[in-house]
Amino acid sequence: MKNLVIVLTFLFVGYASVNAQTKYFTKTGHISFYSDTPIEKIEGHNKSSTCVLDMATGKIEFGALIKGFQFEKALMQEHFNENYMESTKFPKAIFKGQIDNYNTIDPSKNGKTNVKVSGKLTMHGVTKEVTTDGIITVNNGKVDADAQFNVLVADYNIAIPSLVKDQIAKSVKIKVDVTLEALK
Amino acid sequence: MRNVFFLFSFICLFSGSLLSQEDDLLSLLGEEETIDYTNASFKTNRVINLHSLESTAKGVLDFKIGHRFGTLNGGFYELFGLDNASIRLGFDYGLTDALTIGIGRSGFQKTYDGFIKYKLLRQSTGKRKMPLTVGVLLTSAIQTLKWADPDRDNFFSSRLYYTSQLIIGRKFNESFSLQLSPTMVHRNLVATNAEKNDVYALGTAARIKITKRLALNAEYIYLLPDQVASDVTNSLSVGVDIETGGHVFQLHLTNSTSMIEKGFITETTNSWSDGGIHFGFNVSRVFTVKRRKID
Repeated sequence: MKNLVIVLTFLFVGYASVNAQTKYFTKTGHISFYSDTPIEKIEGHNKSSTCVLDMATGKIEFGALIKGFQFEKALMQEHFNENYMESTKFPKAIFKGQIDNYNTIDPSKNGKTNVKVSGKLTMHGVTKEVTTDGIITVNNGKVDADAQFNVLVADYNIAIPSLVKDQIAKSVKIKVDVTLEALK
Repeated sequence: MRNVFFLFSFICLFSGSLLSQEDDLLSLLGEEETIDYTNASFKTNRVINLHSLESTAKGVLDFKIGHRFGTLNGGFYELFGLDNASIRLGFDYGLTDALTIGIGRSGFQKTYDGFIKYKLLRQSTGKRKMPLTVGVLLTSAIQTLKWADPDRDNFFSSRLYYTSQLIIGRKFNESFSLQLSPTMVHRNLVATNAEKNDVYALGTAARIKITKRLALNAEYIYLLPDQVASDVTNSLSVGVDIETGGHVFQLHLTNSTSMIEKGFITETTNSWSDGGIHFGFNVSRVFTVKRRKID
């Protein structure tokens, strides 16, 4: 009986500590996008993106407010919100995905792991499957997640008027660069 | 007893594993409320003649070309006003997102003008709720026509005009914005004793967005009675805004010839009822002089 109680206690404590160390998060993640054409280069940066990664399951989620994207040119930012992303109607972009080979990452050891992530990206009211390669870097208890992939503007029902079709790329590069801390 | 413990521990483990497979990881962070500022109540910082709720963004230079043809009632002889034209060229610059300055020169009465516009309140939702945008506009104008009567004592100060205006408005939804512009125009010199040096007026303006790049605008300025010469009429303008990348084209019909406050508010003499209507346009072209820092 006594032994059982001890075992149970250990189980609880063990579970609790495992639980505490498997989830990582940030509220200041950097997500950026790049539209490159010979005529115009457009880039927007969101440095207040949220991300939660669960090492126990390999699930990873990102959230970014569309109005949080900043541009060097004020008019681009206004057009991005008003004409293309319609940020009042669709305020947030969300990615929910799965790291396929998450069990090859050891969060207790520093090191780099190449990963494959697949999931669903929702923005402008449209949800599409996205698959990308990424790198997970464990560095003294912190976890860096980097990835880069392309999305087709047309896939998300974002219309580019013919007048500016040479200024805006049909395929936009999205860069993800977040540093996650343990979630307590 | 033993069995109970086992069962208990299993339940704990099971619920634990359930917890760790939670569907919505992001909800663990909670929703952080942000201040959500309302943008783009109007396509540009002018409705038609009136200043709109919008300011020129920091580091942006806005080159304005304003053009008013003659009146439609000039008939075929004047090609419905197209034979005549009045122009204002101007530059607006955003010192900060809230503070805009501008200068201009109008052919009408050979007038130079300058303004300073400051946004006191910004409409917002979320963490800070603010139902209105409120701005204040101060302008001055120097009319440089040759003196009407060179023989009398003429003072430079007689050429000066000042305008103070509040701009109070709201973007009600994606398509509809409305503003009120209570205004006082001060004229250092007026033609007769019957005319007031200080003229009070209430401007009102609205915008309806038709598509993402096309909007309808209207503005009307009501002059309080017994302040100006009897032939002065209230300014009424209707128009469309067409946005094409870095340009905004505003095409309109208006009974005012002047494009600055002291002119279109206190010196409009044409009337819609007898066809005293100008076709006109404003072209706005923005240049990013200083790129914004991304922080």
